[in-house]
Amino acid sequence: MSTPIWITLLNIFGVLIATVILAAVLTWGERRLLGFWQDRPGPNRVGPFGTLQVLADMIKLFFKEDFIPRFADIPVFVLAPTVVMATMLIAFAVVPMSPGIGVVDLNIGLLFVLAMSSIAVYSIILGGYASNNKYALLGGLRAAAQTVSYEVFMGLSLMGVVMMSGSFNLRDIVNAQAERWFIMPQFVGFIVFFIAGIAESRRTPFDLPEAEHELTAGFHTEYSGMKFGMFFVGEYLAVILISALITTLFLGGWHGPWLPPIIWFCLKTAILVAIFILLRASLPRPRYDQLMKFGWKVMLPLALINLLVTAGVLLWTA
Amino acid sequence: MIASQLRSMWLVFKHLFRRNVTVQYPDQKPYLAPRYRGRIILTRDPNGDERCVACNLCAVACPPDCISLQKTEDPDGRWRPEYFRINFSRCIMCGLCEDACPTYAIQLTPDFEMCEYDRQNMVYEKEDLLINGPGKYHDYSFYQVAGKAITGKDKGEAENEAAPINIKSLNL
Repeated sequence: MSTPIWITLLNIFGVLIATVILAAVLTWGERRLLGFWQDRPGPNRVGPFGTLQVLADMIKLFFKEDFIPRFADIPVFVLAPTVVMATMLIAFAVVPMSPGIGVVDLNIGLLFVLAMSSIAVYSIILGGYASNNKYALLGGLRAAAQTVSYEVFMGLSLMGVVMMSGSFNLRDIVNAQAERWFIMPQFVGFIVFFIAGIAESRRTPFDLPEAEHELTAGFHTEYSGMKFGMFFVGEYLAVILISALITTLFLGGWHGPWLPPIIWFCLKTAILVAIFILLRASLPRPRYDQLMKFGWKVMLPLALINLLVTAGVLLWTA
Repeated sequence: MIASQLRSMWLVFKHLFRRNVTVQYPDQKPYLAPRYRGRIILTRDPNGDERCVACNLCAVACPPDCISLQKTEDPDGRWRPEYFRINFSRCIMCGLCEDACPTYAIQLTPDFEMCEYDRQNMVYEKEDLLINGPGKYHDYSFYQVAGKAITGKDKGEAENEAAPINIKSLNL
């Protein structure tokens, strides 16, 4: 490697710390934004504009009793929340944030991200199973079925981008968008991937594994203290990861006029995160069978048609 | 289907530019009308004497039975409560005691901030309830309008009161 070791270390720790802090701050940001959209201020009392709410919540979570039900499968119960956080953080390693920032430059970066976000689902399923609680088990079941239905078109929706850039490397994909962002030719792929991304990060309207209204808290019903906190940080990390991925794959990554690349990347990601929160604020949760039907009968054919048309056009022009 | 979802997202987004409806309570206090039904007080007449005559009508009217009092009589003939106790942990702030009171002694005030850490502190005694003013009725003084004789004001000397008639002098 030609880059000095300290730059690599700076990259690793910078990305790690920045993403974890952003995920934590997002717990405040989401509540604040939801508040504004519901004509109320949201948490605004701790610190300036309520920014220290994150700290207050963290202190609260640390001092909560870390309860493990005696009927739980203890090793799995303890392991489950770490999986989601770890995989999401590892997935961030391949996301190129600007020409100089990004931990590794994998030639299969896209596959790596998809693999990691798929492993994160184990966290939900295992958490639901290990809790030995009916609500949690139902949440885990839903997570499993949801995964089966959206992982397929999630991968397929990205193949158009891969074909157009000719690479699985995220950095190459960004560079291929220097003139034209892939959202233009791959709009269908963008929509399909965005919907799959919502399901992947288990956000409303696809938060069926969690479904507060039907399953109390779904898969994390039995979790408390920092284990619960890790599930939450994992969820917010997933939101940021999906937003960063959409930015990288469809919105030209760091490309943009005037501003420095990292600002462009953060700006695009932040807008996407805000859209995620707007979705939560405005859309109701579909019924379980409606979600499956939507995935298999609408999204999958759409992704396949998109793939076919992209391949056809590419062959025609080649 | 997609169009309606996008429309509802847009509608929610527009709320970003609306005013908050929240009243940030401890900083921003809401306006409470003078006749708001809050913490209960006992008032005094314009001379500074207690208005309460311990008639027990408030205790009878009280739906949750949170008022308890005992009558005593002063040497000058005035009635007043020996003790007057309101258990605010039971009180429902209905105001029926105020309606029942014949002397405007018991009144409700626009104050509702009465939190306590100890439940026993919610029981207010007479010295907690009694204030130094006449409350909402500034000029009313029961003994000056009632036919009850007290030292310094005999029967027939109250406002708009005719002198008493000796029934036995009537030749009917």
